[in-house]
Amino acid sequence: MNREHLRSLFTTKSARVETNRGEAYYARLYEQCKARLEELKKIEPLRKISIKEILEDEGVSRRDFLKWASATTAMLMLPSSFTPLVAEAAELMTRVPVIWIELQDCAGNSEAFIRSDGPKVDDIILEIISLEFQETLMAAAGHQAEAQLEDAMEHFKGKYLLFVEGAIPVGPGREWCTIGASGETFEEHLKRVAKDAAAIVAVGTCATFGGVPAAAPNPTGAVGVMDIVNDKPIINIPACPANPANMVGVILHYVLTGQIPELDSLLRPKFAFGYRIHDNCERRAHFDAGEFVEEWGDEGAKNNFCLYKMGCKGPMTFNNCSIVRYNESVNWPIGSGHGCIGCSEPGFWDKYAYERPMADANIKMAPGGGVEKSVDEFGLGLLTAAGVGIAIHAAASAIAGKKSEGEE
Amino acid sequence: MGTKHIVVDPITRIEGHLRIEAVINENNTIVDAYSSSTMFRGIEEILKGRDPRDCGLLAMRICGVCTGTHYQRSIEAVEHAFGVTIPKNARLVRNLIQGALYLHDHVVHFYHLHALDWVDITKALEADPTKTVNEAKKWANAAGTTPYVADSAKFKEVQDRLKKFVKQGRLGLFAKGYWGNPHYKLTPEQNLLAVTHYLQALDLQRDAAKMMAIFGGKNPHPQSIVVGGVTCVQDIQNPARIALYKDLLKGFTRFIKGAYLPDIYMAGTMYGDEALDGTGAGLKNYLVYGGFRLQDNGFYKSELLFPSGLVIDGKYQEFDQEKVAEDVTHSWYNGDKPLHPFDGQTIPNYTGFGKKEKGIAYLDTKGKYSWIKSPIYDDTRVEVGPLARMVVGYVKGDKRISEYVNKFLKNANLPAKVLFSTVGRTAARAIETEMMADIMFNWVDELAANVAAGDLSTWTEFDFDYVSKDAKGYGLEEAPRGALGHWVKIKDGKVENYQAVVPSTWNAAPRDYKNRMGAYEASLIGTKVAKPEEPLEILRTIHSFDPCIACAVHIVDTKGKSLGEFKVNTSCSI
Repeated sequence: MNREHLRSLFTTKSARVETNRGEAYYARLYEQCKARLEELKKIEPLRKISIKEILEDEGVSRRDFLKWASATTAMLMLPSSFTPLVAEAAELMTRVPVIWIELQDCAGNSEAFIRSDGPKVDDIILEIISLEFQETLMAAAGHQAEAQLEDAMEHFKGKYLLFVEGAIPVGPGREWCTIGASGETFEEHLKRVAKDAAAIVAVGTCATFGGVPAAAPNPTGAVGVMDIVNDKPIINIPACPANPANMVGVILHYVLTGQIPELDSLLRPKFAFGYRIHDNCERRAHFDAGEFVEEWGDEGAKNNFCLYKMGCKGPMTFNNCSIVRYNESVNWPIGSGHGCIGCSEPGFWDKYAYERPMADANIKMAPGGGVEKSVDEFGLGLLTAAGVGIAIHAAASAIAGKKSEGEE
Repeated sequence: MGTKHIVVDPITRIEGHLRIEAVINENNTIVDAYSSSTMFRGIEEILKGRDPRDCGLLAMRICGVCTGTHYQRSIEAVEHAFGVTIPKNARLVRNLIQGALYLHDHVVHFYHLHALDWVDITKALEADPTKTVNEAKKWANAAGTTPYVADSAKFKEVQDRLKKFVKQGRLGLFAKGYWGNPHYKLTPEQNLLAVTHYLQALDLQRDAAKMMAIFGGKNPHPQSIVVGGVTCVQDIQNPARIALYKDLLKGFTRFIKGAYLPDIYMAGTMYGDEALDGTGAGLKNYLVYGGFRLQDNGFYKSELLFPSGLVIDGKYQEFDQEKVAEDVTHSWYNGDKPLHPFDGQTIPNYTGFGKKEKGIAYLDTKGKYSWIKSPIYDDTRVEVGPLARMVVGYVKGDKRISEYVNKFLKNANLPAKVLFSTVGRTAARAIETEMMADIMFNWVDELAANVAAGDLSTWTEFDFDYVSKDAKGYGLEEAPRGALGHWVKIKDGKVENYQAVVPSTWNAAPRDYKNRMGAYEASLIGTKVAKPEEPLEILRTIHSFDPCIACAVHIVDTKGKSLGEFKVNTSCSI
């Protein structure tokens, strides 16, 4: 990763997205998208099947489909007038081949991907996108799997989206992780498959910022994709695992606009990472009222009070889980009474992933020193300051809350 | 003389990076085999020095599939060290989260990671959808139930969909499978039935994931368990959440009974010869750590759904965690003798591959050749997993397990010895899935009743500063794939040592200091390969273990590497 990226995260005023850019902007974008879709329609589809047919087969009505398109439009932070274009783009997703590789990963993102509900995964796999290589699901193995990868890379040269799951060891462990009969290292493998990709989607925090393997003391010198590949558009979808809604959102955006979505300084799409968990949290009112869970299972917990004092990192974490949630919106970590661990932020294992407030943090520092360390310390210092600031606000709210109680 | 050396890398449709090398003789029979994990992350080292209360969140990321099992075991190892007993609600919630994982894992494993070893998708195109209805009824009948789907229009629709897909010329994820291999034995109608279930399961598995999310916050990687209990207070208080869980369980159970079990009867019968021959049996010694606490009387004192124990040479014996040790003679670590997990070390010593020929690297099988350590129990190599759970439960005389196993064998009209095979390993998984689903209904009701009676307790308080000075503990459980344990030593409030000995560590391990094989390796010996350039039989047996190699590499993690390759080198003799 370019260290400037990290630096800017902590120094720019805000990485937040502008949700309203004015009519002229959207009018221009609308025309651009329309032109893009017209272009796409001229391209020979990879799958000669229409989404209409699929939906009919599956008994999904046009109305339900448009409802989904409308929700997706909102998620992509576009005005509702874009809904028909998003629907059209979904129908044109058949034009986008996807190759998915796994490096230092736990397959959690593959697992999350198959929980996708919009569109459903059997549609994605069979018909909507052309998933050409995905180790966790593909039929071929060994030599045949390798041949399939080469074949897809050749056939879709310059056109495929490359999804990467997992980190890449470049430290002493560079040669420890190998793929394939020839014993190709992860780094060689990534570079080879990335070479002819149209764009790369780094999915999950391991592929974006190094994630678990990069946690201190980072035994294998693990890094993210953007530290290895510097000549391709890269879209980071961090979180552990990444939300499948955001994976589909990125593909849709690419189809719709022919461009990668607008990104923040950490290359995360702003439509998903443009605001903080805290901004849209269902427990936010309790924060403002100074009502906190003080101990697991206490009266506050029974009344869904704010989890800030239990170590929730929602105020420092940019992600849309408080809106999109997980598993078809069934729940999300804060819903189940556990604080956010900041899993979409760089270095969160060493900075955020503990269940006590910032002030009580027993933070494990990155080893070895060097610039990486100073950046971590830099970030850490600022974030601790932010934590203290929020703590002061929380305390003030608590006093205000008590006051109003007293007044009653 | 006359041997061929087969390299399969990557083994796909697994979690993690795994390589298998096998040597076949002139009759295409496997005479030697090596299992290697080719990814390292070093998670055990990463856990050292952390606050023990935070380990669960990180340790869970050992694996994105048995996600939740690692989470719970890591937390429980710390609870064991601290002497904390969790409240009843927390025990039930943890069982329900883990139970949802079983249902999800086993169904996804059978259909999406394993079925294509038994099912030739291309043959489904020749099927008669009307006759497929008869197949559906026949096998559901064998299972004593009604079919999940028995509608010729539905079968036709799936077939048409497949036809369109094939017509496009690019098969995507189904490209380059071993279609047409002579060791595929199902009829076209049976293939169509299984493919229909494959697609339905792909859709339905999202429901089992939702079940986990109801009390776990999300899936994969749930986030509602803490040292001392659980956090999902509002979810257990809300009758609508409990009702949703039960509804989803109901729907999923219908699939288990009406599709999954019948498909196992179908496969078990069609591949019965292999089962009777004992193809893929391997070590025949089994270990179960034990799992799913049924009572609230503290650590390792409760009755368990899956009782702990071993079956060695056909005889039952008690399990004693002190007899677990790991050896690194053939693993890429330093160490000179087997160590108990409390004293285990993870010091990488990568020596790479052996010789390279024609672009293929071969494992240095005389030296070190895997990131997985070799677990040994009381100086014996053992297999873990669903088959071990069924065998140990059966031999120990567990009433519930014996009942489900007997019912299966009676319905399938097969002798008990079929269980000791690749087919048996796959069947054992289905048997226990049905048992799990049935008992989970009781757990949901128990939770609802307990909450309704006014018990909202979800967490047990403890004094961290006092209990974390000098402590050690272990969390032992049965993951869907088998015995999963975390051992932790805590000093002055920080993790001093951390080791995990998990299902794929037991099963996918390389040889040990006595040159004895691990379970994968042993299970391949004697298997006949129809076409060496299409190692279908190797995949079938390896997949029957449901490999989860990220976990196995211990806290060193390995992934079934991508790219793979599988090549036959005729000149290489071993």
